[in-house]
Amino acid sequence: MKAKSIKGYCRLAACLMLVFSLAIHGDQDVSKQQLLLNALTNLKQGSMAEREQAIIQLADNGSSSLTILQALLDGQLFILKSDDSLVIGADNNQGYDIRDAITGTAKGAVERTDVGKINLTNKLRASLRKIIGQLQLSSDDPAIRLAAVKAMGNEEDESALAILKAREGVEKDETVKQAIKVVFLLKDMNSGDKALRINAIDALKEVNSLDVVNRLNAMVEKDEAGNFVESDIDIRNTAKAALININTRLQLYSSIETVFFGLSLGAVLVLAAIGLAITFGVMGVINMAHGELMMLGAYTTYVMQQLMPNNLAFSVLLSIPAAFVISALVGIAIERGIIRFLYGRPLETLLATFGVSLILQQSVRSIFSPLNRSVATPEWMSGSWQVNDFLSLTWNRFYILVFCLIVFVLLLQILKRTSLGLEVRAVAQNRNMAKAMGIPTSRVDAMTFGLGSGIAGVAGVALSQITNVGPNLGQAYIVDSFMVVVFGGVGNLWGTLVAGFVLGIANKFLEPFAGAVLAKILVLIFIILFIQKRPRGLFPQKGRAADS
Amino acid sequence: MKLIGLGTDKIGTTVLILLASVSFIIPLCNLVSPADSPLHFSAYTVSVLGKYLTFALLGLSLDLVWGYCGILALGQGAFFALGGYAMGMYLMRQIGTRGVYGDPLLPDFMVFLNWKELPWYWLGFDNFWFALLMVVLVPGVLAFVFGWLAFRSRVTGVYLSIITQALTYALLLAFFRNEMGFGGNNGLTDFKELLGFNIQSEALRALLLMISGVTLIAVFILCRWLVNTKLGRVVTAIRDQESRVRFLGYRVEMFKLWIFVFSAMIAGIAGALYVPQVGIINPSEFSPLNSLEIVIWVAIGGRGTLYGAIIGAVLVNYSKTVLTGLMPEIWLFTLGAVFVLVTVFLPDGLVGLMRRRLQESHS
Repeated sequence: MKAKSIKGYCRLAACLMLVFSLAIHGDQDVSKQQLLLNALTNLKQGSMAEREQAIIQLADNGSSSLTILQALLDGQLFILKSDDSLVIGADNNQGYDIRDAITGTAKGAVERTDVGKINLTNKLRASLRKIIGQLQLSSDDPAIRLAAVKAMGNEEDESALAILKAREGVEKDETVKQAIKVVFLLKDMNSGDKALRINAIDALKEVNSLDVVNRLNAMVEKDEAGNFVESDIDIRNTAKAALININTRLQLYSSIETVFFGLSLGAVLVLAAIGLAITFGVMGVINMAHGELMMLGAYTTYVMQQLMPNNLAFSVLLSIPAAFVISALVGIAIERGIIRFLYGRPLETLLATFGVSLILQQSVRSIFSPLNRSVATPEWMSGSWQVNDFLSLTWNRFYILVFCLIVFVLLLQILKRTSLGLEVRAVAQNRNMAKAMGIPTSRVDAMTFGLGSGIAGVAGVALSQITNVGPNLGQAYIVDSFMVVVFGGVGNLWGTLVAGFVLGIANKFLEPFAGAVLAKILVLIFIILFIQKRPRGLFPQKGRAADS
Repeated sequence: MKLIGLGTDKIGTTVLILLASVSFIIPLCNLVSPADSPLHFSAYTVSVLGKYLTFALLGLSLDLVWGYCGILALGQGAFFALGGYAMGMYLMRQIGTRGVYGDPLLPDFMVFLNWKELPWYWLGFDNFWFALLMVVLVPGVLAFVFGWLAFRSRVTGVYLSIITQALTYALLLAFFRNEMGFGGNNGLTDFKELLGFNIQSEALRALLLMISGVTLIAVFILCRWLVNTKLGRVVTAIRDQESRVRFLGYRVEMFKLWIFVFSAMIAGIAGALYVPQVGIINPSEFSPLNSLEIVIWVAIGGRGTLYGAIIGAVLVNYSKTVLTGLMPEIWLFTLGAVFVLVTVFLPDGLVGLMRRRLQESHS
């Protein structure tokens, strides 16, 4: 009696669903939907035979039922007892967070006892796995196909291999095709035929895969008794040669990675130093508050995110102009309020701006608390770009590198092509002469300082994406950025760029041998020694300007 | 009297008399009078005063290079800390078996790091005289090597300031490493005794205050004499017109090197006197901020006067003690504001202000 009423319910639900889906999909999908519903009804029946039939029906339905099958395999497919519908549940420690198996809409959380799990036998599970693999293989997304190839490659099942073999012929994506090839090469490598094995190893040496490296390493090792795992010396030697080949490439890729990390560290240094290069190089002002202006930029990002929590990516983009304006205004205030009284006394500007930096630090500490604030990274900036098994580059570092170059080019253009840039260069070359020519030097000073400070703010936005945002953020970079400016040569933006990248790369190349801290110390010592040799940096100013 | 410049300068004389009274009367009161008499100062007062005097000595050493030679060294704190570490190493060796692990040879942190033997650079530090020698020698040698490289290639002005800052920053990072063998993050502490005296005892504290005072007075008089010798006058001339002095045939870099090394040694002595009085030395003493604070002591007091550095050091540190006790948040605001106001409005410091007042009252 009860079973019957459940069945009745079921049909009702199925009909409703049918009407619903008809409204959306139109006529041609009717048979497909019907098929799906039939299959699901079968799935809910108790016997394993019916379930097997259901699985086959679902498989015929194509990739749209992949989620249901995967959930079934993972033991996440349940019957919700209250309305007898099929749901997919994710464990949340107390019970399950469930969503509808067909429509995917979330249905809240339930107790463990509210749902009944759909069980499988081992035999069913094996065939299910194969079906899923097959479905994934015909998926439109190459990433899913690649994952399926890797999963199937680990199985010792002949029929799975047959499916792969069939796929190899029609596969269009190069990476997936390559992955299928590797699966068969690895199989050949472990076969009995010596010639086949040697050929396979020989072909594998061109493949960039950690799996291959591990398998080859296992071949040339000795077991506990001191005998080689692989008894055949020819195969061992081929494997060794292949390993050497692969390791050379591995080293190449790891150097590329180090250079990339170095460049991204260099980009951070350049971003931090380039504003300083302007105030220091063009105006002869030592701005010790530069780091704190970066900190202000980072906090601007934080505040922007608090203001629009639902629109992360946009808030970060909007922070760039906002941070520029805020830091530039603070910079102009510093220049008008303090620095203009101290021109021609560089050491005094150093002390006064240091005082400003203390005040800014403490203000931030009082307003936002001394604890670090977390700034979220937008989705398009997180994660990494997996070039191959040996090389993956993180996106946020990559974007900062790009961002640094954009800022650099913009700044160069401002100095070269705008009238402000012309005035700035004129004042930098000869203040008195510029004044005599009618350039309002004090206004130019304020604008230059504002520009340098604004760039510090923009650098702060970039920093907020890779480090903690706290009151001490600026302090950590001030010594480094001075080093970059001095190393590159004061008053030379290209020098700053080259110096930043050189120091960044040098730091990253030293790190594996010396550790992060010692690498930094070595770089500092190198700069101290370098300054002795070339007191004016890599690219010194020439002529009259060099005397000042 | 004329030789050391006394009598010609009222402020200098007053400072000297004040110093002498502080460094003799307070310790004597403490040693002679019973604990409940009104003449007895608390142990806290004594050790804080002693600390101020070592800071004054440190300020004096910076004034010598900055005020008289125009070298704005932003790494003076590094020499101070090195002197402090040399003394700290001696005090560490004195702990002997009284450490937590009771190892007769190795300090606690080395036992903790599973080190089996004393690193070579710790050898000899069980001898007090050797440690004293190192107190001046280590900062001196570092200053010599650094200065020789820097001055010879004519690194001047802002560049020099920045690389001295880099120097102390590099040392900060280095001393934070456990592998360096100087206690890493925690530095050297838990000292037990100095030359057989309990380091916590009031008598030793009073004695240390007296020694600090006497050293400060002696160094002050020595520097006073020095800046009035021919050497001192050449150094002052270098501050005012470096190229001209060079064209006159003086080897500018040698004079600079000399004064830089001398000042580093004084800073080392200051550090050595500081460590037993506060009972700890750790890498934070190397932080660039500390060295910048020294600069502000001298700037507030008035550079190029020697006693200005003493006044500034004591004044700033006294305000620091008071303000951080009352309202910790206010201290950095105050320090920042002082930096700004002094550099903009008081380029000659308090001493300059006092001198102007004195002149006005005379005329």
